[in-house]
Amino acid sequence: MRNLVVFFYRNVNLFVFIILEGFCLFLLYSRNHYQKAAFISSSNRIAGDIFTTVNSMQEYFHLKETNENLAIENATLRNLLRSAYHAVDLREKIVNDTSYHMQYRYITAMVINNSVNRRNNFLTLGVGSLQGIKPEMAVITSNGIVGITKDVSPHYTSVLSILNKEARISAKIKKNNYFGSLYWEGGDYRMATLSDIPTHVPLAVGDTVTTNTFSAIFPDNILIGTLSSVKVKPGDNFYTLTVRFSANLKNITHVYVIKNLLKEEQKALEEKSQNDK
Amino acid sequence: MISDLISNTLRFAILLALQLFVFNNIQFSGYVNPMVYILFVMMLPFETPVWLILFSSFLLGTLLDIFCDTPGLHGTSIVLLAFLRKFVLNLFSPRDGYESNTSPTLYQLGFGWYIWYASIMVLIHHLSFFMLEAHRFAELHKTLFRTLASGLLTLVFALLYQYMIYRPGSAKS
Repeated sequence: MRNLVVFFYRNVNLFVFIILEGFCLFLLYSRNHYQKAAFISSSNRIAGDIFTTVNSMQEYFHLKETNENLAIENATLRNLLRSAYHAVDLREKIVNDTSYHMQYRYITAMVINNSVNRRNNFLTLGVGSLQGIKPEMAVITSNGIVGITKDVSPHYTSVLSILNKEARISAKIKKNNYFGSLYWEGGDYRMATLSDIPTHVPLAVGDTVTTNTFSAIFPDNILIGTLSSVKVKPGDNFYTLTVRFSANLKNITHVYVIKNLLKEEQKALEEKSQNDK
Repeated sequence: MISDLISNTLRFAILLALQLFVFNNIQFSGYVNPMVYILFVMMLPFETPVWLILFSSFLLGTLLDIFCDTPGLHGTSIVLLAFLRKFVLNLFSPRDGYESNTSPTLYQLGFGWYIWYASIMVLIHHLSFFMLEAHRFAELHKTLFRTLASGLLTLVFALLYQYMIYRPGSAKS
């Protein structure tokens, strides 16, 4: 027994070597199922963290190449994008309801051209008569009005923006339903003028201005904006009101075109009454 | 002795980092991959007990394996190198033995001695490493080529390392 201990003691280095080398070889040959030794792989959290840091530094050396690849990939993807194609499908949702007759139909459209800096501004939409667009339909965004369709081609629609001197829209004060005429006097694209509201109506800055149905174009209660100044010129019977648009007309991308299904009926009736007079 | 401990621990860390972040990224056409981390084993003082060399080199090899995702590969070859170091040193031993409290460096033993010592050590390690990595004799000529190409580069880096740490002007040889 004592001899054995002495033997081990003398050859301690050899045994250490055999044990360590054996362990390494074991790892080497069990690598095919080294999930067992998962602690020793680079899924190890610390190693992972360090590699993440080093990789983030090494990335800088490949930036040029990476950028080129990304540019190529972007171009490829852009070619697949919906915007590279002209949609010909009918983008409307029709709701059938037996107790209510549908009056307004909303058609989604993409704004493909827009301006706010001229005196008379127009928008162009990527939908046309193939999608059921006709002249004199309302155009709104999710948070305010945009304009009225003017000319229609099979694939495109030209929209008379409210930022146009031709555009006059019937508007009302939401809280008391007094109506007036909204138009744009040029200048700031965020502001419009509301006229024809008599001075006896109580008004305050911040009151909501919405559309009404008088023109048979807009549905009722579509938001236009809020009053930003309320003034009365001396000797005038009507307010001089400035309205701040709720929609930012400079960055609109998607709009709804609203088709009033009962417009012809309303117009015909109104015309008949006027002619009868 | 304490300064030896500190300097060798530092060298351990520096060589590990260099190997991982610099030299493992040097790969000419998949053949040449210099492995400078074996300088740690090569430069330990003469009096270092063999078991300590074995354990520290095992640690170094295992750490490299963890980072390179090659379980056992670096460990096996560097532990083998650590074990054989003693015999290589005896092979090149001067007639009256090595001076005590010194390390096997170019500065201590001169260029001629060092190049032999380093060549044998690098050869042992690289041969075992690449043989284990390839793990078949069918590609023997490729394995040998990789051993020689990488070994030469490692040797160049080993010499550079010696000259960087010990200025030529102060060499005794």
